[in-house]
Amino acid sequence: MGRSVLLIEDEPNIIEAISFILERDGWTVRIHSEGVTALDAVARTKPDVIILDVMLPGRSGFDILRDLRKDETTADLPVLMLTARGQTKDRELASSYGVSKFMTKPFSNSEIRETVRALAEGREA
Amino acid sequence: MPTSVLTGSRIRQHRLDQGLKQADLAKAAGISASYLNLIEHNRRRIGGKLLIAISEGLGIDPQFLSEGGGARVVTGLTQLAVDADANIEVERVDEFAGRFPGWAGFLLAQQDRINALERMVGGLNDRLTHDPVLSEKMHEVLSTASAIRSTASILMETPDIAPDWRHRFHSNIDAESRRLAETSAAMAAHFDRLTRRDDRFTTPLEQLDAFFNSQGFCIDAIEQEGEAAIEKVLRSSETLASTSARDLARSRLEAYAKVAQAIPVHAFLTQARGAAFDPGVLSMQFKCDLPTIFRRLAHLPAQPDLPEIAYVECDSAGAFLLRRPAPGFPMPRFGAACPLWPLFTALTRPNLPLRDQVRVPDGKTFDAYAIAVPQEDAAFSVSPTLRAMMLLVEAEGDYADANAVGSSCRVCPLESCTARREPSVLHVT
Repeated sequence: MGRSVLLIEDEPNIIEAISFILERDGWTVRIHSEGVTALDAVARTKPDVIILDVMLPGRSGFDILRDLRKDETTADLPVLMLTARGQTKDRELASSYGVSKFMTKPFSNSEIRETVRALAEGREA
Repeated sequence: MPTSVLTGSRIRQHRLDQGLKQADLAKAAGISASYLNLIEHNRRRIGGKLLIAISEGLGIDPQFLSEGGGARVVTGLTQLAVDADANIEVERVDEFAGRFPGWAGFLLAQQDRINALERMVGGLNDRLTHDPVLSEKMHEVLSTASAIRSTASILMETPDIAPDWRHRFHSNIDAESRRLAETSAAMAAHFDRLTRRDDRFTTPLEQLDAFFNSQGFCIDAIEQEGEAAIEKVLRSSETLASTSARDLARSRLEAYAKVAQAIPVHAFLTQARGAAFDPGVLSMQFKCDLPTIFRRLAHLPAQPDLPEIAYVECDSAGAFLLRRPAPGFPMPRFGAACPLWPLFTALTRPNLPLRDQVRVPDGKTFDAYAIAVPQEDAAFSVSPTLRAMMLLVEAEGDYADANAVGSSCRVCPLESCTARREPSVLHVT
């Protein structure tokens, strides 16, 4: 099996678009659309990269990110955070929790593709 | 010329500025030179036809010689210059207002508009930051735009896309564009509701202040019909834009109507003149408590044959709840007032009526009366909520040992004041 991305997002048409883009780029994309059980999905799927929305049903993406960084098995896992809230305080919060890359909606497809590649290869995204 | 001086001093300064001899101006005004001399040294009161005749002799608008409307313009311009914090000749503000009254009024009107717009921007900014409905709608708009953009790019960048995927993405764009349209319409409707709810974005207290200043503090309908006229007065006001401001005004008008019905204004005026507007004497004559007499005096009409009356109420934090400024006793609209006002001393001694004589920087003196009263009945171990009120009545004579007070530190020329908390920007000549 090739490299995998776990997409934690609840907007169906964004899920469909990102899945299409990344699958054509050779990624296996797994989907999870719920905040409370997101950590279980990470443990189960063991992705190479996580794409994490901020506003999720049940639990905020910030809280999920913080817990990922507390767990030594996921502390270094690349996380690309997607949000419609591009405010400075949100960026700062994500940065303080150890986000790998912060991207605001709407994004371009090439931006997503390049960022996921870079994160998986350990390059500066 | 100082920013605020007595009428006689203004006449003298304008005459000297124009190089006119006292005898020539007196002749033009139809009075003797010696009488003009007494007026210029503030030893005779002046108003009416004679003031108009002298102003015509000087070729200026009479309001800039009187201590009424002209003084308000001068005070407003001074505050404007102070707030601008620019290199403006504050010491010549009186000259500017006198020579160019149209421009002076226009400047003040512009400043009022700027203040209103700034409050509107502040209100909108608060709403954009804290309004949960707007935040949710904005999130939805961006998410929808994101889905549309990403899907449209896929269709453009993938010429070999399978027909079923192409159809699927077309459907997605159709669905998301409809959602975007609905969300945008919902946002517009939300903004519309906000605008109708509070279309001026001023605080309720500011609207209340503007309401009493536009109506005058003596409202005929309330004086004649009492509480029955309150709703009519509220409905006729364009100043009270929000429900909160109308509620506040209703409560104020109810208190005013009680006072007006308990002590009718015409009967009170006769007694008040006889008592030299002393609330202590009037309280005994009318067998009313002092706060009622204070409020009756605060709601007297402004008439040329009455002394100037200023009134202010504040809470324990010193925030103004109601203010009736007088031309000779300006009060700051925003920010802190002079800490030497008896109003604030009264807060330290609840229920103790205070009487004082105060002198404002332009030399005018006032009898000042103040009292702070609890708003609730006394209860063990419960600190009362205090409300202080201060009444100022223009003094008949001059008090040699009156205590110097100002409006607020920034526009006060009393350099050696021990209560000063920040430097004054006035250049006193």
